[in-house]
Amino acid sequence: MSSTTAPSSSVAAGSADASGARRNSKRPKYSRFTQQELPACKPILTPGWVISAFILVSIVFIPIGVAALFASRDVVEIVKRYDTDCIPLSERNDKVKYIQSPGNKTCTRNITVTKHMKKPIYVYYQLDNFYQNHRRYVKSRNDAQLRSNGSSDDVSGCSPEDYSNGLVIVPCGLIAWSLFNDTYNFSRNNQQLSVNKRGISWKSDREHKFGKNVYPRNFQNGTLIGGAHLDDSIPLSDQEDLIVWMRTAALPTFRKLYGKIEQDLQENDVIEVTLENNYNTYSFNGKKKLVLSTTSWLGGKNDFLGIAYLTVGGFCLFLAMAFTLVYLVKPRQLGDPSYLSWNRTPGCH
Amino acid sequence: MSRPKIRWSKLYSFSCIPLRRAPRHAQVGQRGYSRVVHCNEPDNPEALQSNYRGNYVSTTKYTATNFIPKSLFEQFRRVANIYFLVVACVSFSPLAPYTALSVLAPLVVVIGATMAKEAVEDWRRRKQDIEANNRKAEVYGKDHNFHETRWKNLRVGDLIRVHKDEYFPADIFLISSSYEDGICYVETMNLDGETNLKLKQSLEVTSSICDEVSLEDFKAIIRCEDPNENLYSFVGNLQYSGKEYPLSLKQILLRDSKLKNTDYVHGVVVFTGHDTKVMKNATDPPSKRSKIERRMDRVIYVLFSTLITISFVGSFFFGTQTGRDLSDGKYRRWYICPSDTTVFFDPRRASLAALFHFLTGLMLYGYLIPISLYVSIEFVKVLQSIFINQDLDMYHDETDRPARARTSNLNEELGQIDTILSDKTGTLTCNSMEFIKCSIAGVAYGRGETEVERAVAGRHKDSDVESFEIYTDASGQGQVVDTHSYTRHVKGFNFEDERIMHGQWVNEPNHGIIQKFFQVLAICHTVIPEVNNQTGEIYYEAESPDEAAFVVAARELGFEFFERKQMSLSMREIDFEKGTKVDRNYELLHILEFSSTRKRMSVIVKSEEGRLLLLSKGADSVMLERLSKDGRSFLSDTRSHINKYSEAGLRTLVIAYRDLGEDEYRIWEDEFVNAKASISAERDALIDSAAEKIEKDLNLLGATAVEDKLQKGVPECIEKLEGAGIKIWVLTGDKMETAVNIGYACKLLRQGMKLIVITLDALDENHEKDMDKEAVVKVSSEAVRNQIQNGISQILSSKETAASFGLIIDGKSLNFALKKELEDSFLDLATRCASVICCRSSPKQKALVTRLVKVKTGKTTLSIGDGANDVSMLQEADVGIGISGVEGMQAVMASDFAIAQFQFLQRLLLVHGHWCYRRIAMMICYFFYKNITFGFTLFWFEAYASFSGQPAYNDWYMSFYNVFFTSLPVIALGVFDQDVSARLCLKNPLLYQEGMQNVLFNWPRILGWMCNGVGSSVIIFFCTTNAIIGQAFRGDGQVADYGILGVTMYTCVVWTVNCQMALSINYFTWIQHVFIWGSIAFWYLFLVVYGFLTPTLSTTAYMVLVEACAPSFLYWLSTLLVVVSSLLPYFSYRAFQTWFKPMPHDIIQRRRKWLEISENKSVNKNEKEDSGELPARVKNKLKHLEENLRHTRS
Repeated sequence: MSSTTAPSSSVAAGSADASGARRNSKRPKYSRFTQQELPACKPILTPGWVISAFILVSIVFIPIGVAALFASRDVVEIVKRYDTDCIPLSERNDKVKYIQSPGNKTCTRNITVTKHMKKPIYVYYQLDNFYQNHRRYVKSRNDAQLRSNGSSDDVSGCSPEDYSNGLVIVPCGLIAWSLFNDTYNFSRNNQQLSVNKRGISWKSDREHKFGKNVYPRNFQNGTLIGGAHLDDSIPLSDQEDLIVWMRTAALPTFRKLYGKIEQDLQENDVIEVTLENNYNTYSFNGKKKLVLSTTSWLGGKNDFLGIAYLTVGGFCLFLAMAFTLVYLVKPRQLGDPSYLSWNRTPGCH
Repeated sequence: MSRPKIRWSKLYSFSCIPLRRAPRHAQVGQRGYSRVVHCNEPDNPEALQSNYRGNYVSTTKYTATNFIPKSLFEQFRRVANIYFLVVACVSFSPLAPYTALSVLAPLVVVIGATMAKEAVEDWRRRKQDIEANNRKAEVYGKDHNFHETRWKNLRVGDLIRVHKDEYFPADIFLISSSYEDGICYVETMNLDGETNLKLKQSLEVTSSICDEVSLEDFKAIIRCEDPNENLYSFVGNLQYSGKEYPLSLKQILLRDSKLKNTDYVHGVVVFTGHDTKVMKNATDPPSKRSKIERRMDRVIYVLFSTLITISFVGSFFFGTQTGRDLSDGKYRRWYICPSDTTVFFDPRRASLAALFHFLTGLMLYGYLIPISLYVSIEFVKVLQSIFINQDLDMYHDETDRPARARTSNLNEELGQIDTILSDKTGTLTCNSMEFIKCSIAGVAYGRGETEVERAVAGRHKDSDVESFEIYTDASGQGQVVDTHSYTRHVKGFNFEDERIMHGQWVNEPNHGIIQKFFQVLAICHTVIPEVNNQTGEIYYEAESPDEAAFVVAARELGFEFFERKQMSLSMREIDFEKGTKVDRNYELLHILEFSSTRKRMSVIVKSEEGRLLLLSKGADSVMLERLSKDGRSFLSDTRSHINKYSEAGLRTLVIAYRDLGEDEYRIWEDEFVNAKASISAERDALIDSAAEKIEKDLNLLGATAVEDKLQKGVPECIEKLEGAGIKIWVLTGDKMETAVNIGYACKLLRQGMKLIVITLDALDENHEKDMDKEAVVKVSSEAVRNQIQNGISQILSSKETAASFGLIIDGKSLNFALKKELEDSFLDLATRCASVICCRSSPKQKALVTRLVKVKTGKTTLSIGDGANDVSMLQEADVGIGISGVEGMQAVMASDFAIAQFQFLQRLLLVHGHWCYRRIAMMICYFFYKNITFGFTLFWFEAYASFSGQPAYNDWYMSFYNVFFTSLPVIALGVFDQDVSARLCLKNPLLYQEGMQNVLFNWPRILGWMCNGVGSSVIIFFCTTNAIIGQAFRGDGQVADYGILGVTMYTCVVWTVNCQMALSINYFTWIQHVFIWGSIAFWYLFLVVYGFLTPTLSTTAYMVLVEACAPSFLYWLSTLLVVVSSLLPYFSYRAFQTWFKPMPHDIIQRRRKWLEISENKSVNKNEKEDSGELPARVKNKLKHLEENLRHTRS
């Protein structure tokens, strides 16, 4: 009797129904996917590719850099720092005390236009060393409350500026509370230059983030006054200064749009700025600047982009040339058959 | 039940398991030997008292109750997971920079997935256990009958009956069997992988107790050793009817071995369940982790310390800045209202705030430690395993077995193998012996060509290596017959020679000798024939496949052995002159058994004519010196044939016979019987010397050559693997000669290689007898030490490359070489040799050698084997590969990968291993890169946000970073990337060096990628901020706020990491394109969709792309600038590298096109390259390349 009953019986079964066995075969099915033979492009860093890539980058980058630089040069930008100048000499020892004391803090500065400025001329205030991106600060707002009257009682996350005298503050939170409150008035040759303050905020903010039927309530009523007061009769969606302010800045030095002057300014025009220096940046040594700027298609004045483009483009051009030089001086034998023979060890097929 | 009247034990005049001198029976009853078994009365109160474990077996890792806690514990042994748990807990506090959900969800998914995997695996084990526990066994009940019961219900002391072809349910003491003398045959394949049958024999006193009635009175007590794992010893005694009988392993049937050729046995359960020797041997399969994964853990530590460092830096600055908010009693940054705040921002308790902030930082920069890395890697590895399983080139048609990756943990380890430790039988060879040639009366017969001959012939053709003459045909016709044309293949027989086949031998000049030769083959053996009743075919049960091959060969040539009775053998000889079959009976007088010291076996038979014959076969070394003066007429021819055969890798035996005189036999028989009857310690020696006296003056008949057939493609595979720089060690239980022959056959050893042989054989014969054990150990150890030292000095003095040395060591010497004091020098010697063969090694030694190599060299080892005796080796090695061949599934079950043939190893290693290594290494590096890039932009932003913990991005951008915007490309990299095609991988085994030397995952490379990440983050942050912040962001005067900066930076990050991916991969299928560009496109899509959600949900992202960014040129231009400039360093580096210091795969890639063209060419005409001779320049290049690799590694 065969001792190997189990295997022999399985063999018998297999041979009895060969097609059945075939069907049950564990043979993997062929597909280009499972055999890892999908058609593929296999890029190699050949000298040709490398050099052309570098040249391509430089060809694209250098013109962009030049264009960006030109755009930036076209922009006329006037920056006037006034935080120290607007404090009377006698008070400069203790600026914080000055700024916190009540009283008129009006101050007049003159700006000379260096170059012809085409309208619209954007008026910015620039603050420095002001951490609008501080975690405590950024989170201290309530989007729901800003958006609709229905949730005006929702002040979660706004502490400590959530309740004042037991009543809900609208808009709540530190951001709104610290609203910038310097004001600027421009005049040229004693003629008032009107500053258009409409449309300085993002449209979506006005329409969707700040409600048309949400009115300031109980704002800046507490013991500590932060910044600007708001007109209780104007809905938040129209309080564009607030809307601009509440788009928190990314970095501690930032500009925010104050308004637009919709007139051209000629070269050598002297602009008299009457500003109310109310905002306290002195306690944290922040600078305050007034900026007048035109824009180009690229935005404001910033040479960085143009220079960076030129640098990268130039660097690539340099590399391309260096590689080409090496290639010409010491060419590599790309098709050298001798490199191959070690690949063909005998007896493997 | 009738019992056949044959006493098989007579066949085995020598005991299979020789009694050891001075057994330790004296120790019985003492410590360590305290087990008491009350046979046949398991309900005996004393037996109940001892309370031995039941036969229930459980191999599962978990139980239903402890699964949750235990597997959770297992999970949290991973450092990273603990970190994530802590983070998840803290994320519920106000410390969290973002929502708790986004932290917790990935952790739950990761842990849940791994736990589910564990559960499924354990469930499978449990099902196996249930199957085993519920097998049927027959137990002797109180009513004196046998009843069926389940395995798990067996108790110690139960009397059971086991039938033919059943497994033993426990370790059993053999009482009696269906044979009168109480013998039985067992197959221990599951224990040691040996397929041959082993003989067990009951004590004489119990062998007659074999029916229900007599069993009733069988009451005895066994006192024996406590459960232990030693398979090869058993100490105990039986107290029966007032007497004590010593027990040995001969009476013990081990669980999981199988009863063969015996109708039934009766036995008493001695060890049950987990106490059985096989279970004691079963160690938990060690969970293996790949080197890359272990190094990854260390990288995680590095990242972790980076994380802690930057969190600390962050909290330090945060603390000082917060503290400064209150200076001289005044609050500086009044706008964050420091006067009325929580502890987290309180300037009065700044250090406490800093401490809390530290936790915030840990969470914020947690992106440095990619939690999704683990999930992605697991996922990728599973897909890689599927590719391995699905590979058609690793599918074996004949056995219908595809390759199988049993674990997915070790895919990349396959690409880093330094040393392969291979079993021989069944792994390199097919484990089937084939009779292929013979030399009879000085004439060589057999036209078959062996693998070795083929290999040598092939080598002779295309190389200048000194050739040696290949024997093909003695008559000089030189005609090579294709063996494959042989139509009817008989297992064990591959002989072809028309001169003696089909009865043609009668026409040969020496036909008388030829007849005798085959008669010896048909009679001189211990094979048991089994006639299949239905077909009339005869199966042979042989102790070794060699013997079976001889008997089969004799049958095929017309000498059919068909019956063995107790005292006689019958063979059927076809008389070709008359054309009839003649039955011849031989009276079997004695069998002088084979043993490794005697190296021969003989039978003494009486023919029908009354002639007394001694028929003998044995190794040439012992046989040729025993020839009579007249019997050596064709000695020199035979000897030269034998030499040629063994050069061809065949196993040879010399066949001889002798006529015995009646008187001589009488005298000798007395002495021999006396020797057998003696019970002194020298019994074996007496028998040996008695046998020696009659085995002399032999007449030479000829020699046989049996091929232990190599598996297909083994030499090529080994050559390939050696070409890849992998060292191959062969660990075999075989004799040295066989092992060496096979070594030559599979090109492991080459002609011209110097062999260093370490053996204790010489010592054995001279000393062992007259020295006590300790002295023997000392002398042996000294001898091994000397031989090792000699070997080393031989190599050192030769000044040649190590490639020309081969080390061969036998099992006994290995025992000493593996001792603490010698292992270092042994390893030193072994690593200097190109190939190492350890013969006569036990499973334990195999494992020890594996461990030695693994631990001492620190390199990655791979073990490959097919039998249960290889299990420990497979588990010990870094990677265990099981050959799913004929020898059961034990090895496969213990392996990490299973393949059907050894030759598939080259594809598994050189293709899949190489790819998987590359993929995983690159994937991990890239993962670190992308998360560092992302994490560090957060950090730079923090530096400009007074380290307050405000993330630069919207919460949901961050949560989706690892999920949607960067995960799929990296998975595609891990699954699909190929540096070169499979064909080129195999063609250029040198490529494998990349993995062995770990050039893709060494510290410089990892740190390089990290620096690249930091660099990218610097470029991204500073370019973006400088470009867009400050001035008007668009032509309409709007400036960029926090939300816009976040979007711009994030856009740059997504573009950069995805383009970086596109730059680093070598293989673009549509999948890669879809994933990479799709991820980028998805980011924009996400922004649009997210931006349309109500502002209370989308907060800073509301309409940000559509309204703010998209219309701005600055946004697009800065994206372009940032992406190009952050990719520039890597691109330039790669350009320089491929140009000036190319890595192997770069060269091959570059040559790829050329290769393809040249390949087509060389098909047409034989080009110069085909000569195989490497031009000097190329050799230099190759050498240089290797040095570079080595250099990079160190």
